Amino acid sequence: MRSPRRKLAEPPIGTRAFDLLSLTMALVLGLHSTHLPWWLSIALALTLGWRWWQRRRQSGRVPRWLKLPLLALLTLAVIARYGGIFGREPGAALAVGLLILKLLETETVRDVRVGISFACFALMTALLFDQGLVATVVVAMGLLPALATLRALEPGQLPTSLARSLLPALALSTAALPLALLAFLLVPRLSSPLWGAPSQDQARTGLSNTMSPGNFTDLLTDDHPAMRVSFEGAPPPADLRYFRAYVMWDYDGRSWHYIDARHVQARETAPIQAGASIQYQISLQPTHQRVLPTLDVPLMAPAQARLQPDREVMADKPVNDQLSYQLRSALQYRLQPALDERSQKLGLRLPTSFNPRTLALAAQWRAHYGSDNSAIVQAALNLFHDGGFRYTLAPAPLGRDAVDDFLFDTREGFCEHYSSAFTVLMRAAGIPARVVTGYQGGYWNRYGNYLLVRYSDAHAWSEVWLAGRGWVRIDPTGAVRPERVSLGAAAAAGDQMAWYRNDWLQGLRNHWDIVNRWWDQGVIGFDTLRQRGLLTPFGIRDTDTAMLGMLLAISSVLFIAVGLAWALLRRRLHDPLRDALGELERKLARKGIARRASEGPQHYLSRAARALPVQRDELARLMKSYLELRYAHDEPPPESLRVFRHAVRDFRVVGVVK
Amino acid sequence: MGGVLQGIQRWAERQLPALTRYRRPENLPIELHRRRIYIVPSGFGIGFSVLLAVMLVGALNYANNAALLLTCLLGASSAASMLVAFRTLDGLRLSHIRAGHAVAGQSIELTLAFDSSRPRNAIRLDLADSRIAFVLEANATAQVKLALPTVQRGWQPLPRLRLWSSWPLGLFRAWSWLHPDQSVLVWPRPEAAGPSPRAPAYDARHMHLHRGDELAALRDYRAGDPQRHIAWKASARHDNLMVKDFEQPQSRPQWQLDWRQLGGLDNEARIARLARWLNEAQAQRCSYSLWLPGNEIASSSGPLHYAHCMNALAQLP
Repeated sequence: MRSPRRKLAEPPIGTRAFDLLSLTMALVLGLHSTHLPWWLSIALALTLGWRWWQRRRQSGRVPRWLKLPLLALLTLAVIARYGGIFGREPGAALAVGLLILKLLETETVRDVRVGISFACFALMTALLFDQGLVATVVVAMGLLPALATLRALEPGQLPTSLARSLLPALALSTAALPLALLAFLLVPRLSSPLWGAPSQDQARTGLSNTMSPGNFTDLLTDDHPAMRVSFEGAPPPADLRYFRAYVMWDYDGRSWHYIDARHVQARETAPIQAGASIQYQISLQPTHQRVLPTLDVPLMAPAQARLQPDREVMADKPVNDQLSYQLRSALQYRLQPALDERSQKLGLRLPTSFNPRTLALAAQWRAHYGSDNSAIVQAALNLFHDGGFRYTLAPAPLGRDAVDDFLFDTREGFCEHYSSAFTVLMRAAGIPARVVTGYQGGYWNRYGNYLLVRYSDAHAWSEVWLAGRGWVRIDPTGAVRPERVSLGAAAAAGDQMAWYRNDWLQGLRNHWDIVNRWWDQGVIGFDTLRQRGLLTPFGIRDTDTAMLGMLLAISSVLFIAVGLAWALLRRRLHDPLRDALGELERKLARKGIARRASEGPQHYLSRAARALPVQRDELARLMKSYLELRYAHDEPPPESLRVFRHAVRDFRVVGVVK
Repeated sequence: MGGVLQGIQRWAERQLPALTRYRRPENLPIELHRRRIYIVPSGFGIGFSVLLAVMLVGALNYANNAALLLTCLLGASSAASMLVAFRTLDGLRLSHIRAGHAVAGQSIELTLAFDSSRPRNAIRLDLADSRIAFVLEANATAQVKLALPTVQRGWQPLPRLRLWSSWPLGLFRAWSWLHPDQSVLVWPRPEAAGPSPRAPAYDARHMHLHRGDELAALRDYRAGDPQRHIAWKASARHDNLMVKDFEQPQSRPQWQLDWRQLGGLDNEARIARLARWLNEAQAQRCSYSLWLPGNEIASSSGPLHYAHCMNALAQLP
């Protein structure tokens, strides 16, 4: 507790400072309201508004009996909502709440400064939830009222409007931006965190390693970028943009699983005979999973990752930060031309006593087509195309015999349903088949020359093994709705999309994504590794911490030198009378009558008049009018000043200097 | 706390004049330049840098580059505010100081004129116990009024002035010491009570000179003239009533205040008494002259004359 004397000694704060402080806090609250529980946001907003109104009406303090229960209430609310006060969400909620409550007891300059410091911290914590470009810019804008508040605390200022008082803060931060960017580039990053681990719940999970009809629904409506792909040379045509992630063999009648059984059985990577291939780079958003999606079938695994038996790629560690990797994939290939016995067995396995009608249909096809596997595949595709099937994101629920229900009753669904049913049909007909999940399509951004793949581009398809061709990709969804493959997920969904995903808005978002990509790669993804390679263009391969520190010091000194040059820049006090006399002095000095340091104007001009007897009268007049202009008025009258300046300009030293 | 700091400051100025650049009194105008402006972080500035450090470590720990960028921006803005603080004082000019009048023990009002070629905000001036904040507009002069406490009569040199500013964010405190070579003249304090100047100091010759109701002239009657002043005889010869106009000094007695007549008192007591008499004379609007050792002031009246006499009294050894 502060002593009462201290309280008396501190000056109360002005209305402007309090308004700006309230504005800062409202901004902080607004930024955090995206993750705070709505009732807490509203309660805090009401508290803020009430306090602002109360102090505006009368500068009274808030009594302690009101403040303490509010504090207790806030703590209880946070504990009730989150079950504790430690962690990212409860911590942020508590911090924002305390910040608003701090406003209740803000009366002195010191209180405001503490409040503003705390608000800056709370602004930063908002970035722990979303560090996108827009969020960062908005948070940086939040610094303006904070800085303006600190300015408003200083006594002795000219009054300005509220909006104009934000301008100097903007100018200050703009001037500071180059130094800030430099520091951002050069501040040595930690190679491992000092404490805790980066939070995980923020990232989207992306694809799952199991697939059951219906569990893509959340994913298909998530418009966030999953990855961005840039190709060397032209991008592959739209119908070849299949990004494989998981290859699933195991079906239990309901779900497909990415299993370890396959890994136990087959320790070797499936051989491949590759034709044309393509080189590309994928920049993957964090998924906290190990799987790295690849375009079709990769030839080699990237660094710190491993090829799995079916040529899917698993990273050594879960992808917790944005990750870029280079790959080469085959566009024309024969994958595993000779199927081993184990794979054959696994590729035909079906759960017993499920889907009897499907099994009967497959048996019927087998009997009809004999040993022509391709014909059976085509028959299945024809069934999907002509059998009255419908593509929808909201299909009717399926019973125990899910595939039977789907094929013969509901006949509606999306990629999961089709690939699952197709694979079961193939296995029932004796063709080895498996389900593959991943992404298909994407938006080609021609300004940035990269393919943007969103979570909503998630897709599932099948691979069947045909003698002489190896594993062949079959996309049964394409049979029902070809747009899904050629135009992408959004086109396939048609008018089932929410209003905010309509065409032009989607187009705008696709274009805007180039900025997000630049931000994600240049700013968010600027990690230890990138920092160490910072000076590669200058011939330094590995920039270590000491080097970075030295660079930071040197460039800070340079910036300070520039700043000092500005700070020392001075404009001369503008005095037209003094300038006019200076001109006269220069004219006289050219003839050898220089003014001495100790000489006043009267003495000097009298001396000049003695030295130039011809112009004695003229000089005397000039002297007289100068003295009058200088000493008879506080501010020389403009008309007389003009006359004097003309007289000085017209003055020519003609006489011989004695 | 403040006392200890001041003690350290005084000790430092004594021991390390080169470091603290203790300034001798200097002539006006004084223009502040970079070699005499000092700048240190304020208490708030130190606290704020701790906060920045916490934010930096947090951003680095969570590998959150957006937060790091924000921290860098805030830090760079704070650093830039140091230059602004410096610029607030750099090039500021104290052009002249005008002092008012005050008797010893009261505060004397000083008017300091500052000018500058660019606008400046939140400049603060500390002199003795008074603190003031002011704003300067471009190419204009700011007249800053301050009260300086006085102790005794005579020339009192101005103490050092501290010109400082924590503009714009309060994170840094820039200051400069000004020690103008100027003194203010403090008038003597009049004694509280004492004899009236009339009894001992009234000049007999003076009484004689202006004795009686000597008629000076006749003039027309004006409303309000006392009846007994009407010159009835003269009025009878004119159309109007005529009034006898008497010597003006008669209504405003002339006092002659003399140092020599106050024998038996010590110097300060004499000065205090003369000061009181001057006050009385000024209050009664009479005309007075003052004789002091080495200085004789002829009889006159008015505030200028009063100030002249008080100045002479104040400057007595």
